[in-house]
Amino acid sequence: MEDNGGAPSNLLDDAVGALAGRFVAVEDSVETSAAFVLHHLLKRALSPLSPTVVLFVSFAHPFSHYDRILRKLGCNLAAQRDNKRFFFFDMLMWEYQGERIRDEEKTRGDGLVALYGEIQKLISDLPEERKNSVTIMIDDVSLMEVAAKGSTNLVLDFLHYCHTLTSELGCSLVALNHGDIYSSTERPTLILQMEYLAGILIKAEPLATGLAKDVHGQLTVLNRGDGQGSRYKLCNFHFKVKENNVEYFFPGSRS
Amino acid sequence: MADSICRALRDGALEGEHAPALTIKDNIASPFGFDVFSHVLSQLSSNILAGKSQSRGLVLVAFRRSPSFYVDFLKRKGVDISSSHKWIQILDCYSDPLGWKDGFSLETSNVASSCKNVKDVHKLLSTIIELGQGLVGQGKVRFSAAIDSVSEMVRHASVSSVSGLLSNLRSHDQVSSIFWLLHSDLHEDRVTAAFEYLSTMVASVEPLNQFGNGQRSNMNTFPLLEQSFAKGKFHVRFKRRNGRVRVACEEVRVEQSDVNFTSVSSDNGMINEGLIPKVQFNLQLSEKERIDRANVVLPFEHQGQMLAKLWTD
Repeated sequence: MEDNGGAPSNLLDDAVGALAGRFVAVEDSVETSAAFVLHHLLKRALSPLSPTVVLFVSFAHPFSHYDRILRKLGCNLAAQRDNKRFFFFDMLMWEYQGERIRDEEKTRGDGLVALYGEIQKLISDLPEERKNSVTIMIDDVSLMEVAAKGSTNLVLDFLHYCHTLTSELGCSLVALNHGDIYSSTERPTLILQMEYLAGILIKAEPLATGLAKDVHGQLTVLNRGDGQGSRYKLCNFHFKVKENNVEYFFPGSRS
Repeated sequence: MADSICRALRDGALEGEHAPALTIKDNIASPFGFDVFSHVLSQLSSNILAGKSQSRGLVLVAFRRSPSFYVDFLKRKGVDISSSHKWIQILDCYSDPLGWKDGFSLETSNVASSCKNVKDVHKLLSTIIELGQGLVGQGKVRFSAAIDSVSEMVRHASVSSVSGLLSNLRSHDQVSSIFWLLHSDLHEDRVTAAFEYLSTMVASVEPLNQFGNGQRSNMNTFPLLEQSFAKGKFHVRFKRRNGRVRVACEEVRVEQSDVNFTSVSSDNGMINEGLIPKVQFNLQLSEKERIDRANVVLPFEHQGQMLAKLWTD
């Protein structure tokens, strides 16, 4: 996947860098939603100059929701879907059917296993030139856990298998989760496991000073590097979500 | 201290003793455990290739990364992997740990064997031993074992079965040394303690600065985070045969292509006991200045006594 699809880069793109072969974990909270990060990465992946194919797994919203938002950002999801560059997995009504007992056969979690199988088959059926330019997006992991009836292990298994596609095929994986859901948990295993697994961690948080009219929050991007170049790059900047785009800027740099 | 660990793994087990075992543990506030694990792996691999270690082979149980990642990593570290199938075998528990990819072909390699059911710990143990004996034969020659994520193992199997596997490996006649990685914040304290009890060495990677809410860092202290993120404290606890425990501490720094260990600097800007800014004038008095100040008589000091003296004169 090309770095930025040829579009002008911004602070977020600079901090994230190339996504090929990486797992991006996006965390937000009720106070500061990071849905715009998902939308931005989706638009970036579907840029006309990029060959990327996007597999979007949605537990949160129907297709029409994303279509409406991406149109405002200048991206026609329906057309991309027709051009076989955008594949939407509507998981809103999915519910884990397996029984939760300690039996190897019955806890296979057929739903997510089948979903992974569909994803892998879809990728293997792509034209050769597109097989190595796939982005898998998941919105969002906490709702996947709800749909899996609280089976954290099943969700982690699914994320692990998607992660294997990043190393085997150079796919990129982007998953959104809500950090504050786990804030009262003594050991927030799911979110911690995602943070350990992620090569790039993007956290959206409110400002320490509270609400502001011109600044909607701050993003912290931890880029663990791809093992070849620089390691552990940490960036922090502010953002403002507007109608048709998002502005990113360093604290104090706006006049 | 990191050198001591690598030496202990290199020297291996004494006759009649269990193999030395190392737990490397970290947490999300200082997630460099994998970097340390990789460093130890490359050191041991170099020693094996150079014939300097007791072990003549290494079985790497890979849960967290693919076999090709490790092959590329060792190549980057200058370890000769052209003859790798003679001294290393990777048990691939990463690519298809639960058999979800039935029907899809997996990458094959002469250094990797696939495991499609990581829940069967007995089978895992027998496969590790089989692979090790495949490298060194069934005589007195030994091999080492490394597990890149015991935390991942515990997700699929019970703590007791994983402890049993580690204990059996340690006590096996042909195992020279064993080391593994654990993320302590993913487990209850008793689980971490269980694995530490099995170890002769415990190496903990901790953050240089502890933030207000413990493991999950506070983004309000971003400037401190940014400066110290790629550094941490490296605590090592050695358990000796006579029961004595030796504890040591170093600073670990993750750099572009390597991990460096240095002695803890007292002049570290982040851990100075006072937060005195660096300015071009003194903000504190020296001992002599303090004594001189104490001896100065101020204009209106003792005035009451002087007036009383005047009146009486």
